[in-house]
Formats: sequence, C-alpha cells, structure tokens
Amino acid sequence: MKFGVVVFPGSNCDHDAYHVISKHVGQPVSFVWHKETDLAGYDAIIIPGGFSYGDYLRAGALARFSPVMASVQEFAARGGFVLGICNGFQILCEAGLLPGALIRNRDLHFICEHVNVRVETTDTPYTNELKRGAVLRIPIAHAEGNYVCDDQTLAELRREDRIVFRYCDAAGNVTDAANPNGARDSIAGICNRARNVMGLMPHPERACEDLLGSSDGRGIFHSLTATLALAQER
Amino acid sequence: MKAKVYVTLKAGVLDPQGKAIQHSVELLGYGGIADIRQGKYFEIALDDSVDRAHAQDAAERMAREVLANPVIEDYRVEVEG
Repeated sequence: MKFGVVVFPGSNCDHDAYHVISKHVGQPVSFVWHKETDLAGYDAIIIPGGFSYGDYLRAGALARFSPVMASVQEFAARGGFVLGICNGFQILCEAGLLPGALIRNRDLHFICEHVNVRVETTDTPYTNELKRGAVLRIPIAHAEGNYVCDDQTLAELRREDRIVFRYCDAAGNVTDAANPNGARDSIAGICNRARNVMGLMPHPERACEDLLGSSDGRGIFHSLTATLALAQER
Repeated sequence: MKAKVYVTLKAGVLDPQGKAIQHSVELLGYGGIADIRQGKYFEIALDDSVDRAHAQDAAERMAREVLANPVIEDYRVEVEG
C-alpha cells in the first residue's frame, strides 16, 4: 500500500507524516508536490499540517486551488483514503470535501499542547482498530481550530455518525473546560459521508513515539493500514 | 473601473478578533460601543476590456468562489468608476 504526503508551499508537518508512515507504519511513502496531478498508484493521501500559502486570506483557502487538489477530489470520489491533519483539515473544509469551517480559536491564542480526544465512532477506516470511548492524548498546534457549522450540518454529522473525535478531559468527559478552541460540540475531527475522507485538528503523526510524550496517534495509522490490507485482500 | 468587495462574518459566527479590538478601543475610553465585527476589504482594479455588467458579475463570482467562505462569511460587491 502506498501513501502520498502532499506538500504545499508552507506545509511544515509533511516530514513528520512521512517519517511516521515510513518508520512506524512501515509502508512506502512519497511526497507529492502541490503542482503534481497524477495520484495513480496511491492508496492513501495525507494532507499535512502547516501554513499552506502562509494562511493568506483564510487558513487553507488558497491551497485548495493548487493543481493537486482537483486530483485529490477525484481520488476521494473514487474511494481513495484522504486524511487531513490540522491545516489539512482546514484545506479539506475549504475544498468542500468536508462540511463546515475552522475559525479563530475563541481565546485568539495559538495553542500548542497535548489534549485529550475521545473516539466517538469506530466505523471509519481511521478508527476501526480503536475502541469507542477510548481517550487519546494527542497534541494540537493551531490558531484556527474552532470548528463551526450550521445546525443542519451538525444534525447530519450526528445522525450519520460522522463525528470521529471530540475534545474531552483525561477521564473521557466532554466538557467546555476540555474544549481548547471553542469548537462546536467539541468537535476535533469528522469524516465525509462515504467515510473515506477524514479531517482532524490534533496531530496524530506527532504522537507516535513515547519519547515525544505519547504514542496514541499510532492507532489511527494502524486502523488505516488494516483497512487498506483488507481492501487489497478483496 | 474598480470592484470593491466587502467580506464579513455571518451574524452568529463568533468573532473573537472583533471582541479583542472592541476591548482595546474601550480601553482608550470610547464608550457606547455595542459591538465591533472585523471583516475584509478587497479592491479589484479592472481594465477597459471589462464592461460594468461583467465587472459586477465577475466580482460576485470571485467573492463567492475565493474571497469569502460562504459557510462562515457574507460578501457585498460595489462596482465604481
């Protein structure tokens, strides 16, 4: 199974994602420059964190016009797995691959710290090796992570079991105090209707080694590789 | 000819930057401020090949597709000159 990590001008978590896929997941991985348009041969595409185009206009707003994004749209429409992390999540929302938007944190600060997120559903390719209700300790690093959507979208996300992660305390309680950025319904990550596209603000690629404070992010990548292995068997 | 595009957060979308600005303005002693909302302003200079009707149309499209995110923002277009 082959992974691609898209690199925009301003991406800065591309090497972290590459490192985790090659070293911990143990799968082939290549960088995909944002001007490339050929995604043939890839099984999963990671849109990494960073500040694509300097966050000009809005976080993720300009990256969506990079040539590679039209190919990512097609790739996703064909059922390819697309994982957007932090700025990647913002880009997927701007591109319309995921609903809603990410606005300035409610306290205006850039927040860089480990937070707890609760696994809300295991019915995704990214969480099927995890337990529902499990608490993962994963770092966030963003100024625009405050997820917003209209009432209808929120109802849809809930009804279709598409809220994948919510911010919580260490015991797994979703509370306002445990919500670092003011995200609606404490949403930290969601998936699309077909469940092959997921975006999340926390950085699982930064939580794959105990030396770095947590290895809870591994379960997300292991779920994805398990899903891909199963798909290849078929 | 010039197209002016104003992008503002939709009513109901939290604007923490606007709140912080309001706080600073109030620290200066200005009273009676009910609310400050922050937005963006774009000036698009158009050359002579574009007529007025097309300018309005093009600016609206640009606003819708790029300058504003319709999930969280509204926009207003004025063409002058």
